[in-house]
Amino acid sequence: MELAGSSVLVTGASRGLGAALARRLAAAGAKVALVARGERELAEVVDGIRAAGGVAHGIAADVGDKRAAHAIAGAAAALVGPVDVLVQAASTLGHVPLRLWLDTDCEALEQALQVNVVGPLRLAKLVAGPMVLRGRGLLVHVTSDASVEAYPRWGAYGASKAALDHLGRILGAELEGTGVRVVTVDPGEMRTQMHADAIPDADPSTLLDPDVVAARVVRLMLGAEGLANGARVQASTWAEGAS
Amino acid sequence: MTPATWPRDERVEDRLLVIDPASGELRDARVHELPRHLAPGDLLVLNDAATLPASLPAHTGAGARVELRLAMHLGDARWRAVLFGPGDWRTRTEDRAPPPSVRPGNELRIGPELAAIVEHVDPRHPRLLAVRFSVSGAALWAALYRHGHPVQYAHVAGDLELWHVQTPFASRPWAAEMPSAGRPLAWSVLSELRARGVRLAVLTHAAGMSSTGDPDLDAALPMPERFDVPSATVLAVARAHAEGGRVVAVGTTVVRALEGCARLHGGELVAGEGTTDLRIDARFRPRVVDGMVTGLHEIGSSHRELLHAFAGEALLARAWSHAEAAGYLDHEFGDVCLVLRGG
Repeated sequence: MELAGSSVLVTGASRGLGAALARRLAAAGAKVALVARGERELAEVVDGIRAAGGVAHGIAADVGDKRAAHAIAGAAAALVGPVDVLVQAASTLGHVPLRLWLDTDCEALEQALQVNVVGPLRLAKLVAGPMVLRGRGLLVHVTSDASVEAYPRWGAYGASKAALDHLGRILGAELEGTGVRVVTVDPGEMRTQMHADAIPDADPSTLLDPDVVAARVVRLMLGAEGLANGARVQASTWAEGAS
Repeated sequence: MTPATWPRDERVEDRLLVIDPASGELRDARVHELPRHLAPGDLLVLNDAATLPASLPAHTGAGARVELRLAMHLGDARWRAVLFGPGDWRTRTEDRAPPPSVRPGNELRIGPELAAIVEHVDPRHPRLLAVRFSVSGAALWAALYRHGHPVQYAHVAGDLELWHVQTPFASRPWAAEMPSAGRPLAWSVLSELRARGVRLAVLTHAAGMSSTGDPDLDAALPMPERFDVPSATVLAVARAHAEGGRVVAVGTTVVRALEGCARLHGGELVAGEGTTDLRIDARFRPRVVDGMVTGLHEIGSSHRELLHAFAGEALLARAWSHAEAAGYLDHEFGDVCLVLRGG
Protein backbone atom coordinates (compact mmCIF):
# COMPACT_ATOMS: atom_id res chain seq x y z
CA MET A 1 0.00 0.00 0.00
CA GLU A 2 1.45 3.33 -1.13
CA LEU A 3 0.95 5.84 1.70
CA ALA A 4 1.98 9.14 0.08
CA GLY A 5 -1.18 10.84 -1.19
CA SER A 6 -3.45 8.11 0.18
CA SER A 7 -6.60 8.81 2.20
CA VAL A 8 -6.54 7.42 5.72
CA LEU A 9 -9.13 7.23 8.48
CA VAL A 10 -7.84 6.53 12.02
CA THR A 11 -10.11 5.94 15.02
CA GLY A 12 -8.92 6.33 18.60
CA ALA A 13 -6.66 9.01 17.18
CA SER A 14 -6.49 11.43 20.12
CA ARG A 15 -4.21 9.30 22.30
CA GLY A 16 -1.81 6.40 22.43
CA LEU A 17 -1.21 4.23 19.40
CA GLY A 18 -3.99 5.86 17.33
CA ALA A 19 -2.46 9.33 17.71
CA ALA A 20 1.06 8.04 17.04
CA LEU A 21 -0.13 6.24 13.90
CA ALA A 22 -1.99 9.31 12.64
CA ARG A 23 1.20 11.38 13.07
CA ARG A 24 3.38 8.81 11.31
CA LEU A 25 0.94 8.26 8.43
CA ALA A 26 0.62 12.02 7.90
CA ALA A 27 4.41 12.32 7.97
CA ALA A 28 4.52 9.65 5.25
CA GLY A 29 2.35 11.90 3.07
CA ALA A 30 -1.11 10.48 3.75
CA LYS A 31 -4.15 12.72 4.18
CA VAL A 32 -5.51 11.71 7.55
CA ALA A 33 -8.98 11.97 9.07
CA LEU A 34 -8.76 11.45 12.83
CA VAL A 35 -11.64 10.24 14.97
CA ALA A 36 -11.93 10.35 18.76
CA ARG A 37 -14.52 11.27 21.36
CA GLY A 38 -12.54 14.03 23.07
CA GLU A 39 -12.70 17.14 20.90
CA ARG A 40 -9.91 19.04 22.69
CA GLU A 41 -7.37 16.24 22.75
CA LEU A 42 -8.19 15.46 19.13
CA ALA A 43 -7.67 19.09 18.10
CA GLU A 44 -4.23 19.05 19.73
CA VAL A 45 -3.16 16.03 17.67
CA VAL A 46 -4.60 17.58 14.48
CA ASP A 47 -2.84 20.89 15.17
CA GLY A 48 0.43 19.05 15.78
CA ILE A 49 0.21 17.22 12.45
CA ARG A 50 -0.64 20.42 10.60
CA ALA A 51 2.21 22.28 12.28
CA ALA A 52 4.53 19.56 10.96
CA GLY A 53 3.20 20.17 7.44
CA GLY A 54 0.77 17.25 7.30
CA VAL A 55 -2.86 17.09 6.19
CA ALA A 56 -5.22 16.25 9.05
CA HIS A 57 -8.88 16.71 9.95
CA GLY A 58 -10.48 15.92 13.30
CA ILE A 59 -13.91 14.28 13.54
CA ALA A 60 -15.21 14.19 17.11
CA ALA A 61 -17.37 11.09 17.39
CA ASP A 62 -17.93 7.89 19.38
CA VAL A 63 -17.36 4.77 17.26
CA GLY A 64 -19.74 2.88 19.55
CA ASP A 65 -22.62 5.13 18.46
CA LYS A 66 -24.63 3.78 15.54
CA ARG A 67 -25.61 7.27 14.41
CA ALA A 68 -21.98 8.34 14.26
CA ALA A 69 -20.91 5.74 11.69
CA HIS A 70 -22.24 7.52 8.60
CA ALA A 71 -21.03 10.88 9.91
CA ILE A 72 -17.52 9.50 10.41
CA ALA A 73 -17.29 7.71 7.06
CA GLY A 74 -19.02 10.52 5.15
CA ALA A 75 -17.02 13.36 6.69
CA ALA A 76 -13.76 11.46 6.20
CA ALA A 77 -14.45 10.75 2.53
CA ALA A 78 -15.54 14.37 2.00
CA LEU A 79 -12.41 15.75 3.69
CA VAL A 80 -9.64 13.40 2.48
CA GLY A 81 -11.27 11.55 -0.43
CA PRO A 82 -12.41 7.93 -0.80
CA VAL A 83 -10.73 6.11 2.07
CA ASP A 84 -7.77 3.87 1.08
CA VAL A 85 -6.73 2.87 4.60
CA LEU A 86 -8.90 2.43 7.69
CA VAL A 87 -7.07 2.05 11.01
CA GLN A 88 -9.36 1.08 13.88
CA ALA A 89 -7.47 1.79 17.09
CA ALA A 90 -10.37 2.98 19.27
CA SER A 91 -11.07 0.64 22.18
CA THR A 92 -12.73 0.53 25.55
CA LEU A 93 -11.78 -1.69 28.50
CA GLY A 94 -15.28 -1.98 29.93
CA HIS A 95 -15.12 -1.56 33.72
CA VAL A 96 -12.20 0.44 35.12
CA PRO A 97 -10.78 -0.89 37.42
CA LEU A 98 -11.07 -4.21 35.60
CA ARG A 99 -13.44 -6.74 37.16
CA LEU A 100 -13.73 -10.49 37.40
CA TRP A 101 -16.33 -11.91 34.99
CA LEU A 102 -18.56 -12.78 37.95
CA ASP A 103 -18.55 -9.12 39.01
CA THR A 104 -18.95 -7.70 35.51
CA ASP A 105 -22.16 -5.88 34.67
CA CYS A 106 -23.38 -7.31 31.40
CA GLU A 107 -23.94 -3.74 30.21
CA ALA A 108 -20.17 -3.24 30.42
CA LEU A 109 -19.68 -6.21 28.09
CA GLU A 110 -22.32 -4.80 25.75
CA GLN A 111 -20.53 -1.48 25.70
CA ALA A 112 -17.17 -3.16 25.02
CA LEU A 113 -18.76 -5.08 22.16
CA GLN A 114 -20.28 -1.88 20.74
CA VAL A 115 -16.99 0.01 20.73
CA ASN A 116 -14.58 -2.86 20.03
CA VAL A 117 -16.58 -5.02 17.60
CA VAL A 118 -19.86 -3.57 16.31
CA GLY A 119 -18.49 -0.08 15.69
CA PRO A 120 -15.47 -1.43 13.79
CA LEU A 121 -17.78 -3.60 11.67
CA ARG A 122 -19.97 -0.56 10.90
CA LEU A 123 -16.98 1.44 9.68
CA ALA A 124 -15.49 -1.53 7.83
CA LYS A 125 -18.80 -2.02 6.01
CA LEU A 126 -18.91 1.64 5.03
CA VAL A 127 -15.37 1.86 3.65
CA ALA A 128 -14.66 -1.65 2.30
CA GLY A 129 -17.44 -1.61 -0.34
CA PRO A 130 -16.11 1.43 -2.18
CA MET A 131 -12.57 0.07 -1.71
CA VAL A 132 -13.53 -3.12 -3.59
CA LEU A 133 -14.94 -1.05 -6.46
CA ARG A 134 -11.64 0.85 -6.64
CA GLY A 135 -9.69 -2.39 -6.41
CA ARG A 136 -7.53 -1.46 -3.43
CA GLY A 137 -7.67 -0.78 0.26
CA LEU A 138 -6.35 -1.78 3.65
CA LEU A 139 -8.17 -2.29 6.93
CA VAL A 140 -6.04 -2.43 10.08
CA HIS A 141 -7.67 -3.52 13.32
CA VAL A 142 -5.81 -3.09 16.60
CA THR A 143 -6.22 -6.02 18.97
CA SER A 144 -4.44 -7.18 22.12
CA ASP A 145 -2.84 -10.31 23.52
CA ALA A 146 -5.88 -10.34 25.83
CA SER A 147 -7.78 -11.70 22.82
CA VAL A 148 -5.87 -15.00 23.03
CA GLU A 149 -4.59 -15.19 26.64
CA ALA A 150 -7.08 -15.87 29.44
CA TYR A 151 -6.03 -13.03 31.76
CA PRO A 152 -8.28 -12.87 34.84
CA ARG A 153 -10.32 -9.61 34.97
CA TRP A 154 -9.92 -8.95 31.23
CA GLY A 155 -13.21 -10.67 30.32
CA ALA A 156 -15.18 -7.90 28.60
CA TYR A 157 -12.16 -6.51 26.78
CA GLY A 158 -10.60 -9.89 25.93
CA ALA A 159 -13.83 -11.41 24.67
CA SER A 160 -14.55 -8.34 22.52
CA LYS A 161 -11.02 -8.37 21.06
CA ALA A 162 -11.31 -12.11 20.32
CA ALA A 163 -14.47 -11.29 18.38
CA LEU A 164 -12.64 -8.50 16.56
CA ASP A 165 -9.84 -10.92 15.60
CA HIS A 166 -12.34 -13.32 14.07
CA LEU A 167 -14.27 -10.50 12.43
CA GLY A 168 -11.04 -9.67 10.64
CA ARG A 169 -10.30 -13.28 9.63
CA ILE A 170 -13.72 -13.77 8.06
CA LEU A 171 -13.77 -10.33 6.44
CA GLY A 172 -10.32 -11.04 5.00
CA ALA A 173 -11.53 -14.36 3.59
CA GLU A 174 -14.54 -12.66 2.02
CA LEU A 175 -12.39 -9.91 0.49
CA GLU A 176 -9.74 -12.27 -0.88
CA GLY A 177 -8.97 -11.43 -4.49
CA THR A 178 -10.57 -7.96 -4.40
CA GLY A 179 -7.43 -5.92 -3.75
CA VAL A 180 -8.72 -5.04 -0.28
CA ARG A 181 -6.78 -6.50 2.64
CA VAL A 182 -7.57 -6.88 6.33
CA VAL A 183 -4.92 -7.22 9.00
CA THR A 184 -5.40 -7.44 12.77
CA VAL A 185 -2.38 -6.31 14.72
CA ASP A 186 -1.44 -6.98 18.33
CA PRO A 187 0.73 -3.98 19.26
CA GLY A 188 2.19 -5.36 22.51
CA GLU A 189 2.06 -3.58 25.89
CA MET A 190 2.45 0.18 25.54
CA ARG A 191 2.81 3.22 27.81
CA THR A 192 -0.72 4.49 27.22
CA GLN A 193 -3.59 5.86 29.25
CA MET A 194 -5.50 2.66 28.53
CA HIS A 195 -2.68 0.53 29.94
CA ALA A 196 -2.48 2.73 33.03
CA ASP A 197 -6.24 2.36 33.52
CA ALA A 198 -5.98 -1.41 33.27
CA ILE A 199 -2.73 -2.01 35.20
CA PRO A 200 -1.99 1.14 37.25
CA ASP A 201 1.06 -0.38 38.99
CA ALA A 202 2.86 -1.59 35.85
CA ASP A 203 6.53 -0.64 35.59
CA PRO A 204 6.62 1.94 32.76
CA SER A 205 10.15 0.88 31.80
CA THR A 206 8.75 -2.49 30.67
CA LEU A 207 6.24 -0.85 28.33
CA LEU A 208 6.72 0.18 24.72
CA ASP A 209 6.53 3.75 23.48
CA PRO A 210 3.38 3.98 21.25
CA ASP A 211 5.45 5.83 18.64
CA VAL A 212 7.87 2.92 18.36
CA VAL A 213 4.92 0.58 17.87
CA ALA A 214 3.39 2.98 15.32
CA ALA A 215 6.59 2.77 13.26
CA ARG A 216 6.26 -1.03 13.29
CA VAL A 217 2.61 -0.88 12.24
CA VAL A 218 3.48 1.47 9.36
CA ARG A 219 6.13 -1.03 8.19
CA LEU A 220 3.51 -3.76 8.48
CA MET A 221 1.07 -1.70 6.38
CA LEU A 222 3.68 -1.25 3.67
CA GLY A 223 4.24 -5.03 3.64
CA ALA A 224 0.61 -6.12 4.09
CA GLU A 225 0.44 -7.68 0.61
CA GLY A 226 2.64 -10.50 1.87
CA LEU A 227 0.20 -11.49 4.62
CA ALA A 228 -2.75 -13.84 4.41
CA ASN A 229 -5.91 -11.75 4.11
CA GLY A 230 -7.43 -11.38 7.59
CA ALA A 231 -4.25 -12.44 9.39
CA ARG A 232 -3.69 -11.61 13.05
CA VAL A 233 -0.07 -10.53 13.51
CA GLN A 234 2.19 -9.15 16.22
CA ALA A 235 3.67 -5.71 15.65
CA SER A 236 6.98 -6.85 17.17
CA THR A 237 7.52 -8.92 13.99
CA TRP A 238 7.92 -5.57 12.21
CA ALA A 239 10.44 -4.14 14.68
CA GLU A 240 13.26 -2.34 12.92
CA GLY A 241 15.86 -4.88 11.91
CA ALA A 242 13.49 -7.82 12.44
CA SER A 243 13.25 -10.15 9.48
CA MET B 1 -47.59 2.46 -10.33
CA THR B 2 -47.70 2.11 -6.53
CA PRO B 3 -44.80 3.74 -4.69
CA ALA B 4 -42.64 1.63 -2.40
CA THR B 5 -43.06 3.18 1.03
CA TRP B 6 -40.07 1.60 2.78
CA PRO B 7 -36.93 -0.34 1.78
CA ARG B 8 -37.36 -4.13 1.60
CA ASP B 9 -35.51 -6.02 4.36
CA GLU B 10 -33.84 -8.22 1.74
CA ARG B 11 -32.77 -5.78 -0.92
CA VAL B 12 -31.85 -8.40 -3.52
CA GLU B 13 -35.49 -9.53 -3.52
CA ASP B 14 -36.42 -6.28 -5.26
CA ARG B 15 -37.96 -7.06 -8.62
CA LEU B 16 -36.00 -6.69 -11.83
CA LEU B 17 -37.85 -6.19 -15.11
CA VAL B 18 -35.52 -7.18 -17.94
CA ILE B 19 -36.26 -5.21 -21.10
CA ASP B 20 -34.50 -6.19 -24.32
CA PRO B 21 -34.73 -3.35 -26.85
CA ALA B 22 -33.49 -5.64 -29.64
CA SER B 23 -36.10 -8.39 -29.31
CA GLY B 24 -38.76 -6.39 -27.50
CA GLU B 25 -38.88 -9.17 -24.93
CA LEU B 26 -39.86 -8.49 -21.28
CA ARG B 27 -38.88 -10.85 -18.47
CA ASP B 28 -39.73 -10.78 -14.77
CA ALA B 29 -36.82 -11.44 -12.44
CA ARG B 30 -35.40 -10.48 -9.05
CA VAL B 31 -32.29 -8.41 -8.43
CA HIS B 32 -30.35 -11.48 -7.22
CA GLU B 33 -30.83 -12.89 -10.74
CA LEU B 34 -29.05 -9.95 -12.39
CA PRO B 35 -25.84 -11.98 -12.95
CA ARG B 36 -27.60 -14.33 -15.37
CA HIS B 37 -28.65 -11.39 -17.53
CA LEU B 38 -25.11 -10.08 -17.96
CA ALA B 39 -22.22 -11.81 -19.72
CA PRO B 40 -18.51 -12.21 -18.97
CA GLY B 41 -16.74 -9.11 -20.30
CA ASP B 42 -19.69 -6.82 -19.61
CA LEU B 43 -18.89 -3.81 -17.42
CA LEU B 44 -21.23 -2.59 -14.70
CA VAL B 45 -20.55 1.05 -13.76
CA LEU B 46 -21.70 2.18 -10.31
CA ASN B 47 -22.08 5.61 -8.71
CA ASP B 48 -20.37 5.58 -5.28
CA ALA B 49 -21.76 8.94 -4.14
CA ALA B 50 -23.08 8.69 -0.58
CA THR B 51 -26.36 10.41 0.19
CA LEU B 52 -26.00 13.67 2.08
CA PRO B 53 -27.98 14.64 5.16
CA ALA B 54 -29.25 17.34 2.78
CA SER B 55 -32.43 18.43 4.56
CA LEU B 56 -31.66 21.07 7.17
CA PRO B 57 -34.46 22.51 9.35
CA ALA B 58 -33.74 26.20 9.95
CA HIS B 59 -35.33 29.49 10.88
CA THR B 60 -34.95 32.95 9.47
CA GLY B 61 -33.85 36.01 11.42
CA ALA B 62 -37.55 36.92 11.75
CA GLY B 63 -38.23 33.51 13.29
CA ALA B 64 -39.98 31.88 10.31
CA ARG B 65 -39.46 28.13 10.14
CA VAL B 66 -37.97 26.93 6.84
CA GLU B 67 -36.19 23.90 5.41
CA LEU B 68 -32.97 24.28 3.46
CA ARG B 69 -32.20 21.44 1.05
CA LEU B 70 -28.64 21.15 -0.20
CA ALA B 71 -28.43 20.70 -3.96
CA MET B 72 -24.75 20.99 -4.89
CA HIS B 73 -21.42 21.71 -3.23
CA LEU B 74 -19.94 24.84 -4.80
CA GLY B 75 -16.62 24.59 -2.97
CA ASP B 76 -15.36 25.41 0.52
CA ALA B 77 -18.36 26.23 2.71
CA ARG B 78 -20.52 27.30 -0.24
CA TRP B 79 -23.52 25.29 -1.44
CA ARG B 80 -26.34 25.69 -3.89
CA ALA B 81 -29.55 25.06 -1.98
CA VAL B 82 -33.32 25.23 -2.36
CA LEU B 83 -35.47 26.85 0.30
CA PHE B 84 -38.75 25.26 1.41
CA GLY B 85 -41.48 26.76 3.60
CA PRO B 86 -42.55 25.53 7.05
CA GLY B 87 -43.27 21.85 7.55
CA ASP B 88 -41.41 18.77 6.47
CA TRP B 89 -41.59 15.75 4.18
CA ARG B 90 -44.98 14.67 5.55
CA THR B 91 -46.56 17.38 3.41
CA ARG B 92 -46.30 16.74 -0.33
CA THR B 93 -43.74 19.17 -1.75
CA GLU B 94 -46.32 20.63 -4.13
CA ASP B 95 -48.59 21.39 -1.14
CA ARG B 96 -45.88 23.02 1.00
CA ALA B 97 -46.40 26.69 1.82
CA PRO B 98 -43.81 28.85 0.07
CA PRO B 99 -40.89 30.09 2.14
CA PRO B 100 -40.53 33.76 3.01
CA SER B 101 -38.39 35.61 0.48
CA VAL B 102 -34.77 35.99 1.49
CA ARG B 103 -32.06 38.41 0.43
CA PRO B 104 -28.29 38.21 0.25
CA GLY B 105 -26.87 38.62 3.74
CA ASN B 106 -29.87 37.00 5.47
CA GLU B 107 -28.99 34.34 8.01
CA LEU B 108 -30.73 30.97 8.20
CA ARG B 109 -30.05 29.57 11.67
CA ILE B 110 -29.74 25.75 11.72
CA GLY B 111 -28.21 25.12 15.13
CA PRO B 112 -26.24 26.93 17.84
CA GLU B 113 -23.00 26.26 15.93
CA LEU B 114 -24.33 26.40 12.36
CA ALA B 115 -25.93 29.04 10.18
CA ALA B 116 -26.25 29.45 6.41
CA ILE B 117 -25.78 32.96 5.08
CA VAL B 118 -27.56 33.73 1.83
CA GLU B 119 -25.00 34.90 -0.74
CA HIS B 120 -27.07 34.91 -3.88
CA VAL B 121 -30.72 34.53 -4.85
CA ASP B 122 -31.29 33.21 -8.36
CA PRO B 123 -33.25 35.91 -10.23
CA ARG B 124 -35.35 33.25 -11.99
CA HIS B 125 -36.24 31.28 -8.88
CA PRO B 126 -36.40 33.10 -5.52
CA ARG B 127 -36.10 29.74 -3.70
CA LEU B 128 -32.86 28.79 -5.46
CA LEU B 129 -29.97 30.10 -3.37
CA ALA B 130 -26.23 30.08 -3.02
CA VAL B 131 -25.40 29.98 0.69
CA ARG B 132 -22.21 30.10 2.73
CA PHE B 133 -22.11 28.19 6.01
CA SER B 134 -20.78 29.85 9.15
CA VAL B 135 -18.17 27.09 9.66
CA SER B 136 -16.10 25.07 7.20
CA GLY B 137 -14.07 21.89 6.91
CA ALA B 138 -14.48 19.15 9.49
CA ALA B 139 -16.60 21.42 11.72
CA LEU B 140 -19.08 21.93 8.86
CA TRP B 141 -19.32 18.23 8.06
CA ALA B 142 -19.85 17.38 11.73
CA ALA B 143 -22.61 20.00 11.96
CA LEU B 144 -24.31 18.87 8.73
CA TYR B 145 -24.42 15.26 9.98
CA ARG B 146 -25.64 16.47 13.40
CA HIS B 147 -28.53 18.58 12.10
CA GLY B 148 -29.30 17.18 8.67
CA HIS B 149 -31.64 14.41 7.61
CA PRO B 150 -31.96 12.64 4.28
CA VAL B 151 -34.30 14.39 1.84
CA GLN B 152 -37.51 12.39 1.64
CA TYR B 153 -41.00 12.64 0.20
CA ALA B 154 -44.54 12.12 1.43
CA HIS B 155 -44.98 8.63 -0.05
CA VAL B 156 -42.48 7.16 2.46
CA ALA B 157 -43.95 5.59 5.63
CA GLY B 158 -41.71 7.17 8.27
CA ASP B 159 -38.61 9.17 9.12
CA LEU B 160 -35.62 7.97 7.13
CA GLU B 161 -32.17 7.62 8.64
CA LEU B 162 -29.00 7.92 6.59
CA TRP B 163 -28.54 4.14 6.58
CA HIS B 164 -31.84 3.74 4.72
CA VAL B 165 -30.61 5.84 1.83
CA GLN B 166 -27.10 4.55 1.14
CA THR B 167 -26.04 2.15 -1.57
CA PRO B 168 -23.84 -0.77 -0.40
CA PHE B 169 -20.81 0.98 -1.92
CA ALA B 170 -21.32 4.63 -0.95
CA SER B 171 -18.18 6.72 -0.37
CA ARG B 172 -18.01 10.51 -0.74
CA PRO B 173 -21.20 12.35 0.35
CA TRP B 174 -22.00 14.09 -2.92
CA ALA B 175 -25.60 13.08 -3.59
CA ALA B 176 -28.47 15.40 -2.60
CA GLU B 177 -30.73 12.36 -2.96
CA MET B 178 -29.90 8.67 -3.05
CA PRO B 179 -28.62 7.32 -6.39
CA SER B 180 -31.33 4.72 -5.95
CA ALA B 181 -30.71 2.26 -8.79
CA GLY B 182 -27.66 0.96 -6.93
CA ARG B 183 -29.47 0.50 -3.62
CA PRO B 184 -30.60 -3.12 -4.21
CA LEU B 185 -27.16 -4.27 -5.41
CA ALA B 186 -25.99 -6.03 -2.26
CA TRP B 187 -22.45 -7.42 -2.19
CA SER B 188 -23.81 -10.94 -2.67
CA VAL B 189 -24.90 -9.85 -6.17
CA LEU B 190 -21.80 -7.78 -6.91
CA SER B 191 -19.54 -10.66 -5.78
CA GLU B 192 -21.38 -13.12 -8.00
CA LEU B 193 -21.08 -10.74 -10.95
CA ARG B 194 -17.31 -10.53 -10.39
CA ALA B 195 -17.06 -14.31 -10.08
CA ARG B 196 -18.84 -14.67 -13.43
CA GLY B 197 -16.42 -12.35 -15.19
CA VAL B 198 -18.56 -9.22 -15.21
CA ARG B 199 -16.29 -6.31 -14.35
CA LEU B 200 -17.23 -3.54 -11.93
CA ALA B 201 -16.17 0.08 -12.27
CA VAL B 202 -17.00 3.16 -10.28
CA LEU B 203 -17.49 6.89 -10.67
CA THR B 204 -18.88 9.56 -8.40
CA HIS B 205 -21.79 11.68 -9.54
CA ALA B 206 -23.48 14.32 -7.38
CA ALA B 207 -27.06 13.16 -7.91
CA GLY B 208 -29.28 16.19 -7.50
CA MET B 209 -32.76 16.65 -6.12
CA SER B 210 -35.62 15.01 -7.97
CA SER B 211 -38.47 17.40 -7.17
CA THR B 212 -39.12 20.70 -5.44
CA GLY B 213 -42.89 20.86 -5.88
CA ASP B 214 -42.53 24.18 -7.74
CA PRO B 215 -43.24 23.72 -11.47
CA ASP B 216 -40.89 26.56 -12.50
CA LEU B 217 -38.07 25.20 -10.37
CA ASP B 218 -38.73 21.58 -11.38
CA ALA B 219 -38.46 22.61 -15.04
CA ALA B 220 -34.83 23.52 -14.29
CA LEU B 221 -34.08 19.96 -13.07
CA PRO B 222 -31.72 18.26 -13.37
CA MET B 223 -29.40 21.15 -12.58
CA PRO B 224 -25.73 20.96 -13.57
CA GLU B 225 -24.14 18.17 -11.54
CA ARG B 226 -20.57 17.36 -10.57
CA PHE B 227 -18.88 14.09 -11.47
CA ASP B 228 -15.50 12.40 -11.03
CA VAL B 229 -14.46 9.57 -13.34
CA PRO B 230 -11.34 7.63 -12.18
CA SER B 231 -8.77 6.63 -14.80
CA ALA B 232 -9.38 2.95 -13.99
CA THR B 233 -12.98 3.40 -15.15
CA VAL B 234 -11.91 5.06 -18.41
CA LEU B 235 -9.64 2.06 -19.06
CA ALA B 236 -12.35 -0.43 -18.09
CA VAL B 237 -14.83 1.15 -20.52
CA ALA B 238 -12.29 1.06 -23.35
CA ARG B 239 -11.43 -2.55 -22.55
CA ALA B 240 -15.09 -3.64 -22.45
CA HIS B 241 -15.80 -2.07 -25.82
CA ALA B 242 -12.60 -3.40 -27.38
CA GLU B 243 -13.48 -6.92 -26.23
CA GLY B 244 -17.13 -6.79 -27.29
CA GLY B 245 -18.54 -6.32 -23.79
CA ARG B 246 -21.44 -4.05 -22.97
CA VAL B 247 -21.18 -1.02 -20.69
CA VAL B 248 -24.13 -1.05 -18.30
CA ALA B 249 -24.76 2.07 -16.23
CA VAL B 250 -26.40 1.64 -12.83
CA GLY B 251 -28.71 4.63 -12.61
CA THR B 252 -29.40 7.72 -14.65
CA THR B 253 -26.60 9.50 -12.76
CA VAL B 254 -24.00 7.14 -14.23
CA VAL B 255 -25.39 7.69 -17.74
CA ARG B 256 -25.23 11.46 -17.23
CA ALA B 257 -21.69 11.29 -15.85
CA LEU B 258 -20.29 9.03 -18.59
CA GLU B 259 -22.08 10.65 -21.51
CA GLY B 260 -21.65 14.15 -20.06
CA CYS B 261 -17.93 13.53 -19.58
CA ALA B 262 -17.57 12.20 -23.15
CA ARG B 263 -19.47 15.19 -24.55
CA LEU B 264 -17.13 17.59 -22.75
CA HIS B 265 -14.15 15.91 -24.46
CA GLY B 266 -15.27 15.51 -28.07
CA GLY B 267 -16.79 12.08 -27.55
CA GLU B 268 -13.87 10.65 -25.58
CA LEU B 269 -14.11 9.57 -21.99
CA VAL B 270 -11.40 11.38 -20.03
CA ALA B 271 -10.53 10.77 -16.37
CA GLY B 272 -11.11 13.55 -13.88
CA GLU B 273 -13.72 15.85 -12.44
CA GLY B 274 -16.24 17.88 -14.37
CA THR B 275 -19.73 19.32 -14.34
CA THR B 276 -22.45 18.33 -16.75
CA ASP B 277 -25.79 19.89 -17.64
CA LEU B 278 -26.45 17.17 -20.20
CA ARG B 279 -30.14 16.31 -20.65
CA ILE B 280 -30.70 12.97 -22.32
CA ASP B 281 -33.83 12.13 -24.31
CA ALA B 282 -34.93 10.18 -27.40
CA ARG B 283 -32.75 12.33 -29.69
CA PHE B 284 -29.60 11.53 -27.75
CA ARG B 285 -27.25 8.89 -29.16
CA PRO B 286 -25.18 7.35 -26.33
CA ARG B 287 -21.48 7.04 -27.14
CA VAL B 288 -20.34 5.20 -24.03
CA VAL B 289 -23.27 3.43 -22.40
CA ASP B 290 -24.97 0.38 -23.95
CA GLY B 291 -27.64 -0.24 -21.37
CA MET B 292 -28.72 0.55 -17.86
CA VAL B 293 -30.27 -0.52 -14.59
CA THR B 294 -32.75 2.06 -13.37
CA GLY B 295 -35.89 2.56 -11.33
CA LEU B 296 -39.36 2.47 -12.86
CA HIS B 297 -39.54 6.23 -13.09
CA GLU B 298 -42.77 8.14 -13.62
CA ILE B 299 -43.73 8.75 -17.22
CA GLY B 300 -42.86 12.35 -18.07
CA SER B 301 -39.97 12.61 -15.57
CA SER B 302 -36.47 13.45 -16.80
CA HIS B 303 -35.26 10.02 -15.57
CA ARG B 304 -37.90 8.29 -17.73
CA GLU B 305 -37.05 10.56 -20.71
CA LEU B 306 -33.44 9.45 -20.44
CA LEU B 307 -34.48 5.82 -21.05
CA HIS B 308 -35.60 6.77 -24.55
CA ALA B 309 -31.95 6.91 -25.53
CA PHE B 310 -31.89 3.12 -24.98
CA ALA B 311 -35.37 1.88 -25.93
CA GLY B 312 -38.31 3.06 -28.02
CA GLU B 313 -41.42 4.54 -26.43
CA ALA B 314 -43.66 1.70 -27.62
CA LEU B 315 -41.53 -0.88 -25.80
CA LEU B 316 -41.17 1.27 -22.69
CA ALA B 317 -44.93 1.90 -22.60
CA ARG B 318 -45.54 -1.85 -22.84
CA ALA B 319 -42.96 -2.50 -20.12
CA TRP B 320 -44.51 0.10 -17.80
CA SER B 321 -48.03 -1.31 -18.35
CA HIS B 322 -46.74 -4.78 -17.58
CA ALA B 323 -44.91 -3.57 -14.47
CA GLU B 324 -48.03 -1.82 -13.23
CA ALA B 325 -50.24 -4.86 -13.83
CA ALA B 326 -47.66 -7.19 -12.26
CA GLY B 327 -47.48 -5.09 -9.08
CA TYR B 328 -44.02 -3.59 -9.47
CA LEU B 329 -43.34 -0.66 -7.12
CA ASP B 330 -41.81 2.66 -8.11
CA HIS B 331 -39.84 5.49 -6.46
CA GLU B 332 -36.54 5.28 -4.61
CA PHE B 333 -37.24 2.08 -2.65
CA GLY B 334 -39.07 0.47 -5.54
CA ASP B 335 -38.20 -2.13 -8.13
CA VAL B 336 -35.76 -1.71 -11.00
CA CYS B 337 -35.41 -2.59 -14.64
CA LEU B 338 -32.50 -3.61 -16.85
CA VAL B 339 -32.67 -2.10 -20.31
CA LEU B 340 -30.07 -3.92 -22.40
CA ARG B 341 -29.81 -5.54 -25.79
CA GLY B 342 -29.43 -9.30 -25.41
CA GLY B 343 -25.80 -10.33 -25.77
